[in-house]
Amino acid sequence: MKVTLFTTCIVDFMAMNVGKATVELLEGLGHEIDYPKNQTCCGQPTYNTGYVEKTKNTIKHFIETFEHADVIVSPSGSCVMFVKEYAHIMADDKEWKERAEKVAAKTYELSQFLIEVINVDDFSAKLPGKAVYHHNCHTARFLKVKEQPIKLLSKVEGLELVDFHNSDKCCGFGGTFSVKMGDISAEVADEKARYIMDANPDYLIGADFACLMNIGGRLSRLGSNIKVMHIAEVLNSK
Amino acid sequence: MGIKINNENFKKNLDKNLNNDFMRAAMVKAQDLINKNRTNVLSQLGDGNYREWQKLSGEVRAHVLENLDFYLNQFAENVVKNGGNVFFAKDAKEASEYVTKLAVERGVKKVVKAKSMVTEEIGLNHHLIDAGVDVKETDLAEYILQLDDWNPPSHMVVPSLHLNRTQIKDVFAKNGYSGKDIPEDLAAFARAQLRNEYVTADMGIYGCNFAIAESGAISLISNEGNIDLCTSAPELQVAVMGMERICATYEDADICISLLARNAVGAKSTSYTTFVNGITEEGAADGAKEFHVVIVDNGRSKVLKSQFKEVLQCMRCAACLNICPVYRQVGGHSYNAIYSGPLGVVLTPLLAGYDDFKELPYMCSLCGACTEVCPSNIPLHSLIHEHKRVLAEEKKVSAFWGASMSGAGMVLSRPWMYKLGTGVAPLMTKPLMVDGKIKKGISILKGWTDKRDLPALEVVRFRDWYAKRSKGGNK
Repeated sequence: MKVTLFTTCIVDFMAMNVGKATVELLEGLGHEIDYPKNQTCCGQPTYNTGYVEKTKNTIKHFIETFEHADVIVSPSGSCVMFVKEYAHIMADDKEWKERAEKVAAKTYELSQFLIEVINVDDFSAKLPGKAVYHHNCHTARFLKVKEQPIKLLSKVEGLELVDFHNSDKCCGFGGTFSVKMGDISAEVADEKARYIMDANPDYLIGADFACLMNIGGRLSRLGSNIKVMHIAEVLNSK
Repeated sequence: MGIKINNENFKKNLDKNLNNDFMRAAMVKAQDLINKNRTNVLSQLGDGNYREWQKLSGEVRAHVLENLDFYLNQFAENVVKNGGNVFFAKDAKEASEYVTKLAVERGVKKVVKAKSMVTEEIGLNHHLIDAGVDVKETDLAEYILQLDDWNPPSHMVVPSLHLNRTQIKDVFAKNGYSGKDIPEDLAAFARAQLRNEYVTADMGIYGCNFAIAESGAISLISNEGNIDLCTSAPELQVAVMGMERICATYEDADICISLLARNAVGAKSTSYTTFVNGITEEGAADGAKEFHVVIVDNGRSKVLKSQFKEVLQCMRCAACLNICPVYRQVGGHSYNAIYSGPLGVVLTPLLAGYDDFKELPYMCSLCGACTEVCPSNIPLHSLIHEHKRVLAEEKKVSAFWGASMSGAGMVLSRPWMYKLGTGVAPLMTKPLMVDGKIKKGISILKGWTDKRDLPALEVVRFRDWYAKRSKGGNK
């Protein structure tokens, strides 16, 4: 299958290894990657800060860049959730609303794509050690992708997945919230990091780099050695 | 007091609360406990499909709001049929003045009061006190707060959540308590003090969880028994309610009450569910001989006509406070208002204006947990976002963020600018790097780096790696 990849802006310029792992993983499963070079961002930074009108050009640009695709896959559930909001945001413009609906219908978060669309079962992935999984709020709550990543991780040889206190709660990232209300955001991240450290894992795994960057940033400041990995990197570990 | 509880600068107040270790530990403990009980009790409700209950309850509440004039009229007519009086107050001042005038005219010296958010909202206590009436809060937590020089509530259901037992002992000690900080002893002291107040009070004032339009009854959901004493001992009684607090029928109220108790305290029902139905029968030993209902607008009609109208479906269970990751860290007083948490973020600016509360909508990570739990099916996080939109696009509150977001919008919709920007960014952030990470940010980045590291920006971006690989490199 030809898979059109939306890496997200954060992965592009802050976590290229996640994008790389996504490409290698999908190619390893026999799919062809299509990477539209003009892609930028889903538009959440401006939208979530309240600037809806200033977001519309970004949304239109995304639609123009991706509407040729058969299927769009992204290693970020939050961004995928937002693509699925486009039609609602463009509701007053019939043409763009319809184009937004079409794009949304073929956009998938990576683990969702692996389980729901191509139904893969075995990756021959191997990663020895103990791990915790952080559920991204937008992915679990709105995209309803909660079981899929767990199911995939359970197939990784040598990996033991353990729970931690309040594992389904927000990490405190929240986009511009993390700098606009940095004090509060950091306190939420601190509590999350401490509960993770209590579980004493080797790895913190997530399906959204923004949360991982936030929790990882606090873990790093606390001097923790827990390795932070995106699920694409885990599934691509041999 | 009214809606606003302090005049301190938002940031200063927030810093103070973030440094209050006791309060913060209490919030974490309370949230975890209430949520555990809530999840447990909701799983046993019906077939355990909470989503269906939310929808049902949301429909019941939305239906009343769509036809509010009809149901308010029906309710008022039935109150009068039951021998009561109804007063429609357009704002806080009218509502407080009506009750105070009534108290003064009837020669009331002492009022016993049940806990009620709307009486806090209209600042009724101080209005009565200023007129020389003695007011006694009888809910245990409110009683503590009153004795503590009217310390404002920090939670809608558990108002004194921010005080520990030693602090409570100190408050009681100023009022004649000589025992230790043992909860049972403290409660016994309060009980002994309060018992005497009910029988010597001339007036009882309480709120309203749901007013039943078809009968004119006021329902009150409580645990301590104090409300039942307020509704039975004094001969003159006043119920104060927000105008949205109506259920069409007992059957509708049953759905709402079933969800309210479970969401508020994680119990199947509260100890008492009381219906006050006008004046008491001739010759009865207790109950109201004179009964008034004050229906408060105070900005609600305006909300009803706005894009925020769903917030009026709220039943004040505080489930959103109990699940909110921000409330958990900052506590109720950081919202500078009697309504806190996600509900407060939505409601306070609507009732009290943006001027004093323009920071509130940003006290949200948009995680959506509030919307997920809300038993009235209110899309709380979407309404919070709508406040942000109004502040950004209509009120233009921040020139800095306006300009930043114009810039971001421009860059993100123009690939050449995006590529250029992300290409030079690593060089620009180089001075902030320590040991391969950004540790000392400037300007808005400081909010992140004060307590968190930030990864270095990629010198070789994904797009660079991919482009090179497509040409045969990087395999």
